[in-house]
Amino acid sequence: MSTSTLARPKPRQSQQPAAKRRTTSWKKLGWVLFFLLPSAIPLTLFTLVPMVSSLWVSLHKWNLISPMEWVGLDNYANLLTDPMTRRVFLHTLIYVAGYLPLVYAGGLGLALVLNQKLKGRAFLRATYFLPVVTSWVVVALVWKWLLNPANGLVNQVLGAVGLPTPGWWTDPQWALPAVILSSAWKDLGFVMVILLAGLQAIPSDVYEAALVDGASAWQRFWRITLPLLSPSTFFVVVISLINGFQVFDQVYVMTGGGPSGASQVVVGQIYDLTFRYGRAGEASALSWILFAVILVITVVQIRGQRKWVHYA
Amino acid sequence: MRRFALYAAVLVGAAIMLFPFLWTVITSITPEGSLADGPTLIVDNPTLDAYRTLLDAMPIWRILVNSLLIALASTVFQLITGAMAAYGFARLQFPLKNVIFGCYLATLMVPLQVLVVPLFIEMKTLNLQDTYFALLAPTIASAFGVFLLRQAVTAVPTELDEAATIDGAGHLRIFTTIVLPLIRPALATVAVFAFMGSWNSFLWPLVVIRSPEFMTLPLGLSTLQGQFTTQWDVVMAGSVVSIVPIAIVYLLAQRHIIAGVAHTGIK
Repeated sequence: MSTSTLARPKPRQSQQPAAKRRTTSWKKLGWVLFFLLPSAIPLTLFTLVPMVSSLWVSLHKWNLISPMEWVGLDNYANLLTDPMTRRVFLHTLIYVAGYLPLVYAGGLGLALVLNQKLKGRAFLRATYFLPVVTSWVVVALVWKWLLNPANGLVNQVLGAVGLPTPGWWTDPQWALPAVILSSAWKDLGFVMVILLAGLQAIPSDVYEAALVDGASAWQRFWRITLPLLSPSTFFVVVISLINGFQVFDQVYVMTGGGPSGASQVVVGQIYDLTFRYGRAGEASALSWILFAVILVITVVQIRGQRKWVHYA
Repeated sequence: MRRFALYAAVLVGAAIMLFPFLWTVITSITPEGSLADGPTLIVDNPTLDAYRTLLDAMPIWRILVNSLLIALASTVFQLITGAMAAYGFARLQFPLKNVIFGCYLATLMVPLQVLVVPLFIEMKTLNLQDTYFALLAPTIASAFGVFLLRQAVTAVPTELDEAATIDGAGHLRIFTTIVLPLIRPALATVAVFAFMGSWNSFLWPLVVIRSPEFMTLPLGLSTLQGQFTTQWDVVMAGSVVSIVPIAIVYLLAQRHIIAGVAHTGIK
């Protein structure tokens, strides 16, 4: 009797904590699932699964209706030799090359001015940010109307002061510039806000020291403001390039890629390939090529930032 | 003198920013006949005809309600799923945590364009085209939201949790009564982005919605353009209808937007 009572506690002691540990770890797992599943399930179903199946589709010939036909890497090979691909990438590049300097220079100018103690500063900042919250479709429609070659406001003003009045979205040469202009107008406020935050992070004693040394306003801008603003600049450039390569809404609404394909961009081509020409396989392949291009550009920028981005 | 030049420049700029909006309103109340005469700032006989035509042309109320419903639902879902995941990643220890978080971040980097075709096929196979669910599905959870909120939860001192644990509070209690109130600014930022994103999104609704009853505003507006190539007064009336609600949301959340954007903008 006594031996058994003495013996009993031993196994119990070793068993109890183990059992307890097991229940707590099940309980812990339960909490992990409870907190993560609400986001993990939709992200898996509506992002991860489509990602994987997109790769699968890109290896097939498929018009969304008849059965898929395995073609391996043919879609990629065809796209890389198709002059249309080169054309839509060129247009996208032109868009980015026009849009980025405009939006950066404009945003920087605005940020510099609105960082000063002006009356009504908050109102002005809000005004410049308003287009950012407006949808692309509205912006594109409004600008299409303003840039109407026949009786749009912009051409009326240009004509009144004796400047040429381009055909904007009806002229192949001017379709892309029209899109670039309206995009820059819309995104100016976003760039301004990012750069404002950057400006406010620059400590004022740096400027005071420069003033003591007799640096001119111009020198202070080039030697202090711009270098210390480089992290914000970097962020703006990375984000703008990513968004710029994905340009679609404004092109679709303003020009529909026309006239005669003169403003067709990569995403427009992906859309048309799928839903107009029934070439879903090629569309998926093109979207992966676009993704690869964006990824490479972004990685190159991140690698290159050491050369010009100074963290204070 | 320099001040004066500054003010002049800023005000001209502000005018350039506001003018298209003003113009939209003016055009929408200009009688259709006098539109051909070219732009004027003063409308002789303003009319609401364009708005009436708009009501006849499409179920505009339904479209407005669709947009609001989807935007609100996507905001609420993103806040719930995002905040919960943020708590999970910031406060719970579990194997493969970093790998799983890496997967979340990876979904951030995939552009919508890559997903559009298979997502469309997924909805088609499940027979979910032309449904609210299809509109909502891709925005139920956002990796961006999880990322932003996780930062905020990490910034909440763990001492608060520990004190609560000693008082007998569990994870759910700590999450709802301690963490959530403290990350309110981050929640507001995510809410604004979610609402804006849904309200303005175009490509996905364009792909998955065909019938007017399920259209959202950007989509409805763009089809209006096809139907009435010359009826700019109607198109502009539609634009006004679409701008007013988001402008209100924006004015209410203005402080948060600017702070939020600036915050995510890595100073």
